[in-house]
Amino acid sequence: MASVQLSQRPLLVFAGAVVLHVVLISAQVSTTAGIPFIQVATFGVFSEVQRGTMTSVDSVRGVWTGYVALRDVQEENEALKRDLQTLQVRLQEERAQAQRAENFRQLLGLRERAGVETVAAEIIAGPADLEFRDMTIDKGGVDGIERDMAVISPAGVVGRVTLTSPRAARVQMLIDRNAAAGAMIERTRAQGLVVGEGTALRMEYVPGTADVKQGDLVVTSGIDKIYPKGFVIGTVAAIERGTGTFHEIVVQPSVDFSRLEEVLVVTTPLPAITSEQIAKEAEAIAIEQRQQQTQPPAPQNRTPGTSSPNPAPASPGPRNAPPRGPAA
Amino acid sequence: MKVVTSLLAIAVALALQTTLASLVIRGTAALDLVLIVVVYLALISGPVTGLLLGSAAGLVQDALSSGVIGIGGLAKTVVGFMAGLLGTQFIVTAPLSRFVVFLLATVLHASVFMGLYTLLGLRQFDDPWASVLTQAVGNGFLGVVGAQVVELLPGLRDRRKARRMTRH
Repeated sequence: MASVQLSQRPLLVFAGAVVLHVVLISAQVSTTAGIPFIQVATFGVFSEVQRGTMTSVDSVRGVWTGYVALRDVQEENEALKRDLQTLQVRLQEERAQAQRAENFRQLLGLRERAGVETVAAEIIAGPADLEFRDMTIDKGGVDGIERDMAVISPAGVVGRVTLTSPRAARVQMLIDRNAAAGAMIERTRAQGLVVGEGTALRMEYVPGTADVKQGDLVVTSGIDKIYPKGFVIGTVAAIERGTGTFHEIVVQPSVDFSRLEEVLVVTTPLPAITSEQIAKEAEAIAIEQRQQQTQPPAPQNRTPGTSSPNPAPASPGPRNAPPRGPAA
Repeated sequence: MKVVTSLLAIAVALALQTTLASLVIRGTAALDLVLIVVVYLALISGPVTGLLLGSAAGLVQDALSSGVIGIGGLAKTVVGFMAGLLGTQFIVTAPLSRFVVFLLATVLHASVFMGLYTLLGLRQFDDPWASVLTQAVGNGFLGVVGAQVVELLPGLRDRRKARRMTRH
């Protein structure tokens, strides 16, 4: 009876719904601490639905690709064997090069960078809303995943964990408009802040006097205590003169977010950066900038990280550092 | 029964939305399946059902996103209500008129959604209208095709049954 009466008064129901939503929004906007329980509960329940949907889609895809792959499989097998042999030779070359690099590093007396522990996770769902750039992974609290853990892929930094349930977690991608990371230009150690723009990245707060060139590698600075230092974010695509005394730098992400299938969650707690370390870093940057002003530029094959008392390795990013698979 | 079917349709749309979006994340996921389902159900069920379904769908979508819970809910509530009103005041069964409704609904949804975020100072949207229009056209096409399919299916089944009966 009541429902019949309500359906005859749509404006009243509409007004009630609007008021409820406004109250709900106001409650969240004014609250700064914690995540709403409804968000955690809904996410936990729905992540199971997402897992089921992805499993179904995967199985359909698996049957299809399995059937298609059966054709010409012998020819493909031969080609793969040839590829394997080539790769084995290349692997040996890489090992030799790695050994040489290790020797050089020891000779230079550089501090060995501590390795990070990671947990491999599969992406089971993308963003529920088109305006947000987040995704769901199939590892959660029981796997040791916690909020604000960094998420990386072999190509570079992916984002951070924003919400966990026991068996799943939500990851905010670095390209999300609300995402940001402490960053620096690897070549000159000029520091700044990388913020997401939906599809690309923008580096802000880089002093206008800093030496930045198109194609420079942008890596994490570690100052945000979320992303480990030295992981690849992207490359400088364009440099614009921003407002005030800062550069506005467009950064091309190194990760292709549309092709991500598996990621690694960094579970190693990051050491807190002390004010002394920050001061040392700033001093080193200042010294280098003074040297650049007094000396002619010598960009050929410069060893990255030699200008800083806390140097990042030449390629410390995920290409080399974190192991694939479960945490070591 | 109708309520359960409607909620199920929204859940399926949401699951499909997130699954497909995980395959095409970077700016190319120009369809809002949940919005399409809400608008279609509002058109055939009226403003109250439309706003309630929009509200539920939007809140779940908000809870699954990293945004403020309620903004998407409010946007879909408004869209559900308006689409329901249109459905009761006008005859919206022709493909062209449905296309216009889906298109306008997407623009209205984006306006409320982005307007609220901008008003609260939580997000900035740099010149979003090109992507909104693309999404509106995409939603329009899919909405029209989806609606035709949904409405044709029961008829097909009945005709097939009738044909079998006449053979025997």
